[in-house]
Amino acid sequence: MSIIRVENLIKRFGNITAVNDISFEIEEGTIFGFLGPNGAGKTTTINILCTLLAPTSGKASINGHDCMKESSKVRKAIGIVFQDTTLDKDLTAAENLIFHAYLYNIAKDKMQERVDDVLRFVDLYDRKDDLVKKFSGGMKRRLEVARGLIHRPRVLFLDEPTLGLDPQSRTNLWEFIAELPEKHNVTIFMTTHYMEEAEVCDRIAIIDNGKIIAMGTPDELKKAVGGDVVYIKTTDNASAKKEIERLFRLDVSEKEGELYLTCVMGDTCIPEMIRTIGERVLSVRLQRPTLNDVFLKLTGKAIREEETSGMDTIKEEVRAYRRRH
Amino acid sequence: MEFNAIYVIVAREFKKFIRERSRLFSAIARPLLWLFIVGAGLSRLISPDTGVPYIQFIFPGILGMTILFSSIFSSISIIWDKEFGFLKEILVAPVSRLSIVIGKALSGTVVSTIQAAIILVLFPFIGFKLSLLQFIGVILICASISFSISAFGIVLATFYESYESFSVIMNFIVMPMFFLSGAMYPVKLLPEILRICAKINPLTYGIDAIKHVIFPREAGPMSPDFSPVTDIAVILITSIVFVFIAKKAFERKG
Ligand SMILES: Nc1ncnc2c1ncn2[C@@H]1O[C@H](COP(=O)(O)OP(=O)(O)O)[C@@H](O)[C@H]1O
Ligand SMILES: [Mg+2]
Repeated sequence: MSIIRVENLIKRFGNITAVNDISFEIEEGTIFGFLGPNGAGKTTTINILCTLLAPTSGKASINGHDCMKESSKVRKAIGIVFQDTTLDKDLTAAENLIFHAYLYNIAKDKMQERVDDVLRFVDLYDRKDDLVKKFSGGMKRRLEVARGLIHRPRVLFLDEPTLGLDPQSRTNLWEFIAELPEKHNVTIFMTTHYMEEAEVCDRIAIIDNGKIIAMGTPDELKKAVGGDVVYIKTTDNASAKKEIERLFRLDVSEKEGELYLTCVMGDTCIPEMIRTIGERVLSVRLQRPTLNDVFLKLTGKAIREEETSGMDTIKEEVRAYRRRH
Repeated sequence: MEFNAIYVIVAREFKKFIRERSRLFSAIARPLLWLFIVGAGLSRLISPDTGVPYIQFIFPGILGMTILFSSIFSSISIIWDKEFGFLKEILVAPVSRLSIVIGKALSGTVVSTIQAAIILVLFPFIGFKLSLLQFIGVILICASISFSISAFGIVLATFYESYESFSVIMNFIVMPMFFLSGAMYPVKLLPEILRICAKINPLTYGIDAIKHVIFPREAGPMSPDFSPVTDIAVILITSIVFVFIAKKAFERKG
């Protein structure tokens, strides 16, 4: 069953079309990812879905409730972790959660138990009486996820949950997010602009300039881009080439003394390949498709790093700074 | 209306108020400074045969000032909440805009009334006695002015979006509201134009109501300027009007 339905959604700000006629559906209990560069319209879409913004035209519904007309029912059914932190840093972790529990009208006798449960789940129970301003970026993110779960929402929105985190906390957070649908019985709608993070999603929509330009499972999308590229150098390229081609039934090419082939799961191909050609291997490297490759493939242009204006960079830095403090 | 939400919005403000010692300290120190430095200084200039001694005359105004600053400060914190994102947590919850506005207005009411009560307890220093009934009357009036001014502060907070505007609000709205409120001088002694300004200032009626309770028998130039019924009516009507405008402003925001 689809828990989120979006049909021909359009949002204009003056003459900017932030969301340009998008449609999609999300299955209950899955992780759906919105992948796209800065300014693609991801946050705008989330704001419409969570009733904070009225669309210019089009339809959106969550759990059968219209996001515009039945905003109160929609709000009860969703939890959100916004792109920028929305915690009160002058309150403790537990106080932030209690505040939320009251806002969502949770029965007083269940409140403490629910708060303790989610705190344990995000591994912050020991720190529950610390002021949030003492927390690291990763801890704040986890606390926000915990807060979003207290009222047992049907859908949890995560807007760029890993932005501004160090690589280690990022990995931890993703492992944690991957467990959510099963453990908490929620559907996840998340956004990111990192291809590798979209790996945990069941389905991904790639969005650029307000338009969805591709949608599918991570594997499908990778196939569309051509998958991973494995580069290999051997002592005898000619014979190795033949044996690898026979092994995978794939074409192997050669460039500057190096063999290369495109396959869906590069990391599992490599061990098999090495077993086959054995002693002859000199070096192996794996190149994963990036958002850049997907973009290049789908739009004919590289992802617009250079178009990020100075103001955006400053905003990002201010956000990252706030998150650390 | 969601009473749990209203309760927790007020509880948050109260907790922060208790935690921020400097806010509590300056809230008590400012009126004492006014009372003893400005009040004591000016009372030498004003002849004693005009009725109430000047230092006592400005006491209702000092209460009004305490309420004005603390209520506006409490409501303006919405701008901070917006800047630091917390407002979104409230806006996206299944809570009506009316409950949010009432919760915020009551937050200002609670912290302001507590401060007014503290000042009131310190009053015996300046030499007059209040009965228990007068004390309760003053507290009730303080609570209603606080509510009205807090609601006004929410309206300001929705119009001024960034915290740079804080000093604009302080210099061009809050300070004039204080000086043109009958706090320092009776409204009837003001020149025509300023008298009109004072008459459209809700704080004027709040301070006037306190004067009625504290100086019930005063008849000279220092006596209250309006009837008690007018005072109460203005406070109640402005409260409702400001809450209504603030609710509309919040609905527009989403
Ligand atoms: N409130 C707004 N007013 C005007 N333009 C906006 C507003 N919000 C977003 N935009 C514009 O809409 C586009 C999409 O923004 P956004 O949804 O934040 O992108 P993303 O989250 O994918 O980075 C951008 O060009 C942005 O400048
Ligand atoms: Mg965004």
